[in-house]
Amino acid sequence: MTKNITALLCGILFGLGLTISQMNNPDKVLAFLDIFGDWDASLAFVMGGALITLATLQHFIFKRERPIFETQFHLPTKNNLIDKRLILGAIIFGFGWGLIGFCPGAVLAAFGDGKIEPFIFTLALGAGMMLFGWFDKAK
Amino acid sequence: MQNFTPYSAFLGGSLIGLSAALLMYFNGRIAGISGMMAGAFDFKNSENRWRAFFLAGLIATAIIFNVFAPHEPASYSRSTLLLIISGILVGFGTRMGNGCTSGHAVCGMARLSIRSIVATFIFMGVAILTVFITRHLLGVSS
Repeated sequence: MTKNITALLCGILFGLGLTISQMNNPDKVLAFLDIFGDWDASLAFVMGGALITLATLQHFIFKRERPIFETQFHLPTKNNLIDKRLILGAIIFGFGWGLIGFCPGAVLAAFGDGKIEPFIFTLALGAGMMLFGWFDKAK
Repeated sequence: MQNFTPYSAFLGGSLIGLSAALLMYFNGRIAGISGMMAGAFDFKNSENRWRAFFLAGLIATAIIFNVFAPHEPASYSRSTLLLIISGILVGFGTRMGNGCTSGHAVCGMARLSIRSIVATFIFMGVAILTVFITRHLLGVSS
C-alpha cells in the first residue's frame, strides 16, 4: 500500500510538471517540432529541466543499495541493445507524435481541458497497444 | 519565435524530473508512462497496482489544475480520423520500442542508456520530419 501512495504522489508531481510546462497542449508540442517554421523552443527547456533534475538526484539515489520500499531497483538490463524493434517502434511512435502532438503522458494531462479529443486519442492509444500485443504474440 | 515560455517549461520539466527521481528513490521504478499504461489495466497482478495510482494522480492533478488555473485548450484543428490514427501509432510504437518521451527521453537519457538515446533521436527526428511534411509540404493547417 505504501508503494501505491508514493506512486500517487509522484503521479501528482508528474501531472503538475506536464501542465505547468504545457506539454499537454499539442499546439505547443507541434510548434516545438516545427523547427523549419515558427519554432517555439520551450519544450527543449522541459527536457533540459527534467534531465538536469533527474540526473543530479539519481547520482545520489543510486549510491543506495536499494530503494526505500522495494528490495531492488528495477532497471532495464539491455541498455546497449539496438535492435529492429527499438528502431521501428521509435519510427512509428515519432510519426504518430508528429501527426497530432500528443505523447502518452501529455494526453492524460489534457483530460482537464473539457475537450473530447484527448479521450478519443487515449482510446486509440490503448487500441494501438493491444494491437501490438496481438502482433507480438502472433509472431 | 512565438509564445516562447522557457521559465514555465524549465520549472515543469524539473517537476517531471523530481517525480521520476522520487519514484526511483521510493519504489525503484522508472517513470515511463507508456509502460505504466500497458501495465495499469492488468488488475490480476497486484504488483501492477502502483501504476494505476501513478496515472490517477497525474490525471487528477491535471483536472484540478485546470479548475483553479484554467488555460486555453488546444485548437484540435485536425480531423478525428487523424487523431485516431495518431493514437494507434503512438500506442503501437511505444510498446514496440519499449518506451516513449518519459521512459526513453527523460529516464533513459538521464541514465545515459544508449538504447534510450538512440530511440529518442529517432522519434524526435521522425516527429520533426512528420511536422515538416504535413505543415510545409502538404500544407495541413496548424
